[in-house]
Amino acid sequence: MSTPFSSVDSTRNGLAASDYLASDAIATTVYLASTLGKPLLVEGPAGVGKTELAKALARATGRDLVRLQCYEGVDESRALYEWNHAKQLLRITAERESSWDSVRSDIFSEEFLLPRPLLAAIQSEQPVVLLVDELDKADEEMEGLLLEILSDFQVTVPELGTVTARTHPLVVLTSNATRELSEALRRRCLFLHVDYPTPDLERKIVQLQVPDLAETMTASIVRVVGALRDMNLRKSPSVAETVDWARTLLALGASELDAETVKSSLGVVLKHQRDVSTVIADLDLDRVLA
Amino acid sequence: MPETGLTERLVAMSAALRRHGLAVGTSDIADAGRAVRVLGLDDRERLRTGLASALLRRSGERAVFDQVFDLYFPAALGARTDHQPELPEGDERDVSTALRDLLADALARHDAEALDRLAALTLERLGALDRQPGWSAAQALDRLAPQTAIADALERRSPGSLVGDGEGGATSTSGGGSEGSGGGSGSPRFEDRFERDELRSAIAEFRRSVEAEARRRNAEVRGTERIADYAVRNSVETRDFLSSGSKDLEELRATIHPLAKRLAARLSSRRRAQSRGQVDVRKTLRRSLSTGGIPIDPAYAHRRPHRPDLVLLCDISGSVAGFSAFTMALMQALSTQFRRLRVFAFVSTTDEITDLVLDADRLADDVVTTALRTRKVLGWGAGSSYGQALDSFTERHLDAVGPRTTVLILGDARSNYGLPRHSALQAIRDQARQVVWLNPEPVRSWDTGDSIAGQYSGIVDMHECRNVEQLRTFVGRTLAV
Repeated sequence: MSTPFSSVDSTRNGLAASDYLASDAIATTVYLASTLGKPLLVEGPAGVGKTELAKALARATGRDLVRLQCYEGVDESRALYEWNHAKQLLRITAERESSWDSVRSDIFSEEFLLPRPLLAAIQSEQPVVLLVDELDKADEEMEGLLLEILSDFQVTVPELGTVTARTHPLVVLTSNATRELSEALRRRCLFLHVDYPTPDLERKIVQLQVPDLAETMTASIVRVVGALRDMNLRKSPSVAETVDWARTLLALGASELDAETVKSSLGVVLKHQRDVSTVIADLDLDRVLA
Repeated sequence: MPETGLTERLVAMSAALRRHGLAVGTSDIADAGRAVRVLGLDDRERLRTGLASALLRRSGERAVFDQVFDLYFPAALGARTDHQPELPEGDERDVSTALRDLLADALARHDAEALDRLAALTLERLGALDRQPGWSAAQALDRLAPQTAIADALERRSPGSLVGDGEGGATSTSGGGSEGSGGGSGSPRFEDRFERDELRSAIAEFRRSVEAEARRRNAEVRGTERIADYAVRNSVETRDFLSSGSKDLEELRATIHPLAKRLAARLSSRRRAQSRGQVDVRKTLRRSLSTGGIPIDPAYAHRRPHRPDLVLLCDISGSVAGFSAFTMALMQALSTQFRRLRVFAFVSTTDEITDLVLDADRLADDVVTTALRTRKVLGWGAGSSYGQALDSFTERHLDAVGPRTTVLILGDARSNYGLPRHSALQAIRDQARQVVWLNPEPVRSWDTGDSIAGQYSGIVDMHECRNVEQLRTFVGRTLAV
């Protein structure tokens, strides 16, 4: 297997060229995963860029991204493959004359297989990046399905036999840890915990996304968001919200971050009314404004 | 490869991790070895990341890993030799004053590197033990009192601008919610109000570096393996409630919300899972009449979701207060999962504190202290008395317990040799749906001394619940549905 990256630094640069500013830890682990050919299990709070990492990885390596979005009740036919019944019926009607045996062997061939993300990823002629998003939302059976793919890069279809990967996909699994993933699955992966970025990195991310905003303003925003994350909120602001806030403030033409600006735009950063009132009380915004 | 020594080190390190409860398998060690080969040994932080990705399975394990990694892959041996600032010789008080000054300066400049150097220096100069070879981070931090540098650092960071809340002594660490911004001079920016909090977390970081440095130096004196076993702090989740100091409790509090979120997700997904999948035979048969008796369309029984009423009965006397406070806060965070939550506290008599717990919006609120001050939880005796407490609960509050109620009793069942009053507990049990007693003591010390855990556990279910992990398992398994 050819490795897409030659070093940690080239990994980091490659990701940066795809608009993803990775911390040293992220770049190191991604480089390891791609070099050792192991799947990467990414955990961390919502909105720190776990999914974004997989997308950037696809862009950086010039591979297609195959994405399996998990949800409660996602099953084999959604994740792996389905038989194309309509096409099979057509074939049967088209071949009225021929014998049962020949039709039977015909309609269970790869032609009538509808590949879903997992099968598509390992069948692909070109190597791909396979993203299994929010695996913790899926039921446990889903993990069992993944084990074969993750360790041997193959899938067993009862009517066809074993389909082995033509190429070696880069696999990224993400999880918000709402459910404990099984030990068997964890053992097969390299583990990466992505946390909120350091203030320094977050400033760079904001600058990359909202280049027109003044640097002092960017610094202020990052600092306030950092403080908000330390408060006891129902949903802590993520990087995406920092960027949103920066965009909003740019659009509002705010030149500095004062109590009034913060109060009027808090809704962009916080997603629950209760959080908004907690912050207003905690920061004493009303009194400052009075 | 010159790696025979390295392999051994990886194996020894994995063994140390296992002794701290991490499941490190042989294949993980092999992966770790491959990671080292790919990354090389030049960049220590990258090596750390690489090994962590191979050896760890979940994020809670990181803190333990970092400490063990520092021991097995130390940055250097002996005292640091990088350029060090001048310090007065001799008197320890002069040294700590000088160090504090440097600390305030580094804090004001956000200089992480300087802080790291200072941590090493602090241990070197203030942490050496007197009677035996070795180092003590606690002693060094005691002598330095780094938190006293906060006020100084604040002043240096914004020269001229007064700190609004007019703290007199530098030793006051009250802080807290609001700090009136602005003493007029200069124009304090909005975000400057976070300065004190930021400094505080920088100090916490500094403390951790001093502790890490102490482990590193001690490992040289006393052997890596021993230090890895005794001086590495377990992750918060497996730390005993009873031996937790106030700093541990603060750390514990920080875990409540993520924990509550995960538990709530698990509880509601269990509820959902149970509401599907049960075939209602009767309905299915009736439906099958239209298809000639063939049950094509099975009907499922809908279970009514059950949200229990929860009654907490908490011992808040000194020894178990930390455990009770944590559990109360967790249950409050989970309160949407219950139809109703009522909380009673006792030392020797019982009083309701539901309002205190529910109003405690900020985790910083100390419910226990408030309850001790404002409620009738202390009877005539001094120590906790379970008999009296159970009695006064059945006497005045038994109507809180009904057929839908799950009662959780929190306490160590140490009765100070008072009467146990089994009948009161029986009365509660007979009226409730379920009564569970969570005991923060390990099972082996039940029934020793004045503990009457055995007698009570004959009446109701009693579980050992020594740390967050056990509490989480209990909530996930027993409290749902």
